[in-house]
Amino acid sequence: MEVFVVTLLNGLVYGMLLFMLASGLTLIFSMMGVLNFAHASFYMLGAYFAYSVSTHIGFWPALVVAPVLCGLIGAAIEMYGLRRAHRNGHVAELLLTFGIALIIGTAVEMGWGMMPAPYRVPSLLDFPLFAIYGTQFPAYRAFMLLISGAMFGAIWAGLKYTRLGLIIQAALSHPDMASALGHNVPRVFTFVFAAGTALAGLAGVIGGNYQVTEPDMAVAMGPVVFVVVVVGGLGSLTGCFIASLLVGMVQTFSVVLDYSLADLLRLGGVQVTDTMPFNELLTMSLPRIGPLLPYALMLLFIAFKPRGLMGTRDT
Amino acid sequence: MANRIRLFIARMISLAVALLCAAATIGTDTALAEDTVKVAYTSPLSGPFAQLGDTQLKEFQYIVDYLNAHGGVLGRKFELVPFDNKSQVADALITLQRATDQNIPFILQCSGSNIAAALIDGINKHNEYNPESRILYLDCGAVATELTNEKCSFWHFRFDMNSLMKSEVLVRGLPKDLTKVYLLNQDFIAGQSMQHDFKAFLAKLRPDIQVVGEELIPFGKVKDFSPYITKVKASGAQALVTGNFGPDLNLLIKAGLDAGIDLKYYTFSAQFAGGPTAIGPRGDGKVVSVMPFNENVAPKIGNADADAFTKGFRDKFHLDFSDAVTFRTSLEYIQAAAKKVGSLDPTKIAFAMEDMQLKDFLGYDTVMRKADHQVLMPYYTSTLTKGAQYDAENTGLGWVPTATVMAKDVDQPTTCNMKRPAM
Repeated sequence: MEVFVVTLLNGLVYGMLLFMLASGLTLIFSMMGVLNFAHASFYMLGAYFAYSVSTHIGFWPALVVAPVLCGLIGAAIEMYGLRRAHRNGHVAELLLTFGIALIIGTAVEMGWGMMPAPYRVPSLLDFPLFAIYGTQFPAYRAFMLLISGAMFGAIWAGLKYTRLGLIIQAALSHPDMASALGHNVPRVFTFVFAAGTALAGLAGVIGGNYQVTEPDMAVAMGPVVFVVVVVGGLGSLTGCFIASLLVGMVQTFSVVLDYSLADLLRLGGVQVTDTMPFNELLTMSLPRIGPLLPYALMLLFIAFKPRGLMGTRDT
Repeated sequence: MANRIRLFIARMISLAVALLCAAATIGTDTALAEDTVKVAYTSPLSGPFAQLGDTQLKEFQYIVDYLNAHGGVLGRKFELVPFDNKSQVADALITLQRATDQNIPFILQCSGSNIAAALIDGINKHNEYNPESRILYLDCGAVATELTNEKCSFWHFRFDMNSLMKSEVLVRGLPKDLTKVYLLNQDFIAGQSMQHDFKAFLAKLRPDIQVVGEELIPFGKVKDFSPYITKVKASGAQALVTGNFGPDLNLLIKAGLDAGIDLKYYTFSAQFAGGPTAIGPRGDGKVVSVMPFNENVAPKIGNADADAFTKGFRDKFHLDFSDAVTFRTSLEYIQAAAKKVGSLDPTKIAFAMEDMQLKDFLGYDTVMRKADHQVLMPYYTSTLTKGAQYDAENTGLGWVPTATVMAKDVDQPTTCNMKRPAM
């Protein structure tokens, strides 16, 4: 029970961090059809901006400044890069974002160095909020949950109840029609791309000190975010939210469930011995293959449910 | 018109690039003309372990500059030639190929044991087929025990203690009142062998200690260690013993400190680049690491020269100098062996290094064991605490040596069956 509750909390925190990253990506992907390889790089950039800003004027201004900076860079990339590349089709866009990811990675290494940045939790939030079975739950994690929850609410309400949100939704499901009705779809694209990168930046601000702010953090978080987008389904914020929590839970629970296929077979009355074929695979315990599970999940979804959990279009 | 201007600009740019390239080539040519003794250094300068590789490159460069300023090798200067292996075996073999193509007689590789094993195979073959351009592998930190046992090679010399010896130092350093430990390692060759070694030494040296859990984690893939900490906590362990390095170690300790559970961390690699930063002030007194050196050793034993040498690095790069002994000793063995045989021929140097005794720069005895080419050197158990003379990565916490194990005390047997070439 103790392990279950604590792991549930861990999974929730990790899942919400994933959601903050993936929500921006899913908006960009479903609207513009651009699989933004640089998305996790903006996460990293957000963390480094926040580190630099917080050493000068503090963490709280950084919470606003860093995402805005990321959003501005994102807007510039959309206006001067993606829009041009768009004429040459999706492959060109893909390659452009891939190149941007490499450039941001190298720029971060050159600007801040290869070592992890000492970006720490603000002292105001650096205390254990409560202890559950002797394991402390840091206040900062509650703060993360709060920010990501608020973010989900704000995006959801914004898409649903504002005029801009309606236009975005229209452009999501019927881009040609929205354009034909006289809406400036390119400008909407710029806005969405900027908002998406700003969200990634915000995730960086609060994820950078939860994990470690280092040049490798983009590469570490990048692939799993794509899993969330595919599993959640295109164009669905709710799907993205559920998929994030699902992947977060899968990753955390796979660590604590110390079982293997052999244990499953034993329930069925089959004893796995050293002489059996594939016995090494069968006795491989779940924690050892845990990080692969999200990708296995993604393959299953692509094969059997390409629309994802709540997608409105095929991937 | 606009097109013409564009064309003109493009031409000017390509001309500038061509000139720059030419200038760069001229630069290297003059360096070559000085007739240096080249030492290849293959390490992850990009990829997930880039921070380790980059810091170690700076350490080596500082040592090479120091040794060159103090006489070099047979009156010539060492020249460090860095290669990026991205922490990948295939890339490391390509860098070996590039080193042998340039006729470089020595190659350093300090991180992965899987890479070391592949390099040993590659070098065995190369040296057999190319007796006129042999290359020695100076292993400055790949610690899997196999490398000096089953896989031992005449061309491989290890200047750090192997994982088995380090494990013994770590187990000997465990406090007397400890009764429950949790073992956690990375799921690859070195991690698996450490997991095995810990258990063997605990059974032999500390039968009173119970292993309440063991875990192999996917290598370099875990982003959130909180669930592992939950498991460790549930097992009732008082200490976590781990051979993890890089992000796998930093994130693990960070998750443990976040959860605020009463646990001590016994490690080999917490002193490496990024470790103390990730641990932070909350780790005061909680993290113990077994290491070949730290900067607080020299002041503790009152060796002012050694202190000045390591302080120079700190002043120049504002980085910790964790590998000073292993790195400097590996090059000093080359220096001493070359002096002894009066030649830079790798085969002669290899024979000369066998059973060679040398004092490290702290003044302690070391010996390169002939049977398996494993160095025997002193080792230090240190705790990350407040109030150290030199702090680690500006965290305010520094490594304070709490126990020293002398070279002769870790003289474990080897199963190596060394094949030596004809002189």
